[in-house]
Amino acid sequence: MEYQESERISRWRPLIEDFKHTMYLWRKNKLAMVGTVIILGFIVVAIFAPVLAPYDPYQQNLHNRLAPPSREHLLGTDQFGRDVLSRIIWGTRIELKIILLVTAISTTIGTIIGLISGYFGGVIDEILMRITDMFLAFPSLVLAMAFAAALGPSLTNAIIAISVVTWTVYARLVRAETMKIKNTLYIEAIRALGAGTFRILFLHILPMTVSPILVQMTLRMGTIILTAAGLGFLGLGAQPPTPEWGAMVSDGRLYMMNAWWISTFSGLAIALVVLGFNLLGDGIRDILDPRLRR
Amino acid sequence: MKLWYFIMKRLFLMVIVLFGILVLVFFIAKIIPADPVGALLGGNAPPELIDELKHKLGLDKPLIIQFVDYIKGALKGDFGVSLKTNRPVIEDIKEYFPATMELAIFAIIIAVGIGIPLGIFSAVKRNSVVDHFSRIFSILGVSMPVFWTGLLLLLLFYYKLDLLPGSGRLELFIIPPEPKTGMIILDALLEGNWEAFWDGLKHIILPAFVLGYASSASIARMTRASVLDVLRQDYIRTAKAKGLPKRLVIYKHALKNALIPVVTLIGLRFGSLLEGAVLTETIFGWPGLGRYIVNALLVLDYPAIMGGTVFIALIYSLANLVVDITYAVLDPRMRI
Amino acid sequence: MKGDLLTVRNLRVIFHTYRGIIKALNGVNIWINKQERLGLVGETGCGKSVTSLSIMRLIEEPGEIINGEIIFDGKDLLKLSESEMMKIRGKEISMIFQEPISALNPVFKVGYQIAEAIAHAENVSIKDAYGKVKDALEMVGLDWKRTMNLYPDELSGGMAQRVMIAMALVTKPKLLIADEPTSALDVTIQAQILKLLDELIKEMGSAVMMITHDMGVAAEFCDKIAVMYAGNVVEYAKTEVIFENPLHPYTKGLLKAVPRIGRTEELEGVPGMVPDLVDPPPGCRFHPRCSERLDICSSEKPELVEVEEGHFVACHLFHGGVRA
Repeated sequence: MEYQESERISRWRPLIEDFKHTMYLWRKNKLAMVGTVIILGFIVVAIFAPVLAPYDPYQQNLHNRLAPPSREHLLGTDQFGRDVLSRIIWGTRIELKIILLVTAISTTIGTIIGLISGYFGGVIDEILMRITDMFLAFPSLVLAMAFAAALGPSLTNAIIAISVVTWTVYARLVRAETMKIKNTLYIEAIRALGAGTFRILFLHILPMTVSPILVQMTLRMGTIILTAAGLGFLGLGAQPPTPEWGAMVSDGRLYMMNAWWISTFSGLAIALVVLGFNLLGDGIRDILDPRLRR
Repeated sequence: MKLWYFIMKRLFLMVIVLFGILVLVFFIAKIIPADPVGALLGGNAPPELIDELKHKLGLDKPLIIQFVDYIKGALKGDFGVSLKTNRPVIEDIKEYFPATMELAIFAIIIAVGIGIPLGIFSAVKRNSVVDHFSRIFSILGVSMPVFWTGLLLLLLFYYKLDLLPGSGRLELFIIPPEPKTGMIILDALLEGNWEAFWDGLKHIILPAFVLGYASSASIARMTRASVLDVLRQDYIRTAKAKGLPKRLVIYKHALKNALIPVVTLIGLRFGSLLEGAVLTETIFGWPGLGRYIVNALLVLDYPAIMGGTVFIALIYSLANLVVDITYAVLDPRMRI
Repeated sequence: MKGDLLTVRNLRVIFHTYRGIIKALNGVNIWINKQERLGLVGETGCGKSVTSLSIMRLIEEPGEIINGEIIFDGKDLLKLSESEMMKIRGKEISMIFQEPISALNPVFKVGYQIAEAIAHAENVSIKDAYGKVKDALEMVGLDWKRTMNLYPDELSGGMAQRVMIAMALVTKPKLLIADEPTSALDVTIQAQILKLLDELIKEMGSAVMMITHDMGVAAEFCDKIAVMYAGNVVEYAKTEVIFENPLHPYTKGLLKAVPRIGRTEELEGVPGMVPDLVDPPPGCRFHPRCSERLDICSSEKPELVEVEEGHFVACHLFHGGVRA
């Protein structure tokens, strides 16, 4: 009979439909696609930097300082005669390193705090939340600056400083999710079966929070780069001669009048990568938004 | 009644957080591995001199005592003396803060003035040319680093076109107004000092725009999303079913609901304006609190660092408080 | 098929979606006479709400009315300009909805929202309209002094629906469209609201189009019933006739699924699922689920024909009736 057929298919249909719908939305969202392309490009350049860069980013050539863009130096040279293009290409590695480390550190700290806070509630929750509020009471760049300066300007310290400022986002997110999840029947059942707290937290609750964490991670990456660039610009990040983009913009500032290319192109690199992450993040947000899925 | 309770609760929380801020800043200052005293006196200073200065600055007392002194001082508004300017930090803050305030106010005006209309237009006329332009404008705004935008605009308007001044708040030859509020443009207006007024305006417009641009982008996006969301609600359908003209429906029914999250956003953006101010002031040589803190950080002038950071955190927290209260006032559902 | 108040003829409405075009209304025919009460019944998704929104011309993208006539009081509503249509909405045709609390604007007080409806319908200023708000609220049995100053989220479901009824009926409309007005309410409140509607409508002399999936409500409240399935009206008759002599197989199925006092047979559902309206079954949209189908049912769409006086069916089992 006809309706028995449709009943069998109907169990899988919603899942398949959902996936097809997601892919459709992804493709349809041109901006998300552009973002994806940019980010992939960024990663590729970072990986293949030694091959792609025409010159050694540290090699100075004082005979050719502040040379405008030309065929030998597509983006010109800086105040030490170094090739701007090569420095930007190698800079992708630094940015990538920053993103990965900051994300790793901040998600770890944030998730642990979030899990504990959300699961145990009560006094522990209050204390942890007040601590989180403390960190959130500062504009993040200012706090990062303070930490970076206090620890001593260097790339590593900048990474630590930015992580210090970013973990709160994950803490709040994971706490909210944990609070939602901990009261479900599923968790109650597991608890009734005698699972220990540690087990519950890490083997059961944590996996269910992974998806919103991933989304948030993507959304945060643009901010991380901007903060890192800000620190670099102020001299609180990677120190010369490291080709960090923010620092390069700062270097070029003195020569804006006659050698505009130094600041302009390094800043453009920052803008482009942040744009890519923002487009991607927007796209993901649009795709996951239940209301827009109709 | 409910509203007052809400405000009291928030104020109480804020006090706790402020205390936490003081603790955090103290912690930061104390983890400085570099020796500020040594940096001040130079590497080869004799040990007795170092000890003397340490004693003078109270750095040889046990940590707990230092902390208590610090808190006592902070509550009075005394953050010590800046190692660089040799003035009490609080004086420095009083001098530089109005400049930042002025910049922030103009930036917000620009941000809201551009952002909200753009967002509304985008939502109402979806997928039109303006909508596309607005979305590109917005996404660029939140992607471009503030200092880069600033530099580019400086390059264009100052270096190449020579239309606007490059730094500072007033040209040297202009007589500044009596510092009543410390905000040059406002003071000039109050005094009728038109020269200073126009010149001040010329000086502030570029940094305010740069600072406000990112916020305007954010506000435009938020407004658009919020308006679109509200237009989908049942009560909009009811309003139309009552026969109300579309314009009325949008401007009255939709906007009052849609602007609520936008107001929150404006308040939150105020916080990021403070961040952006740090960078913008550096680029435009604007003598505000941001630049003050940056300079303090670079030379490890730690009383200034501590005082400045606490002050910024205070302002930021106040801004958030105001936002929360405004939100509660606007949205009757929020008065929990 | 003509009603002296409202005649909907051959209404077709589509929706553009990512999967294709949803053919939501496939030539709907409805007619209502003055002061008559029509119940529009059918499963979720059969097009009842879309029909009502089309009458009010509140269909917006991605929906589109692509065909049909909606003659109200002599005028084809589909041919009116938007500003002319606005004069009709809220004044000559009013509508109330299913979730009353969310149908009210959360940031305006109740009194204001009612005053606004009055002001617009009677072309007076809102200030002047406030005078009538008292009458409106008393009419629906609410304490006007208190209720006027409340915000929608401070109301209970029943109170909110009374407010909506007040807003809809204070302008004495010729037609009231009620889209599942009691579905979101508790059973006891349901009864109260229906009773209130009954009294007020008699007083106002309005006609009603009551949309519901609850056959009990339809039986209680309506003079005539139109049964809808997958975008078509499949049967139309007086209420008693539908219950005592249902002709369309779907109607029969619906009635078998409703418990009734005095009946002892088991309840039966209608086998199968509601069709996908992007790719609907050809011919009669019900034929895949119909136990009495003929060969012709899978190729030709049956038209709504009058089989006995005042009783219309769209089913090939009953050809030979008078084409309406």
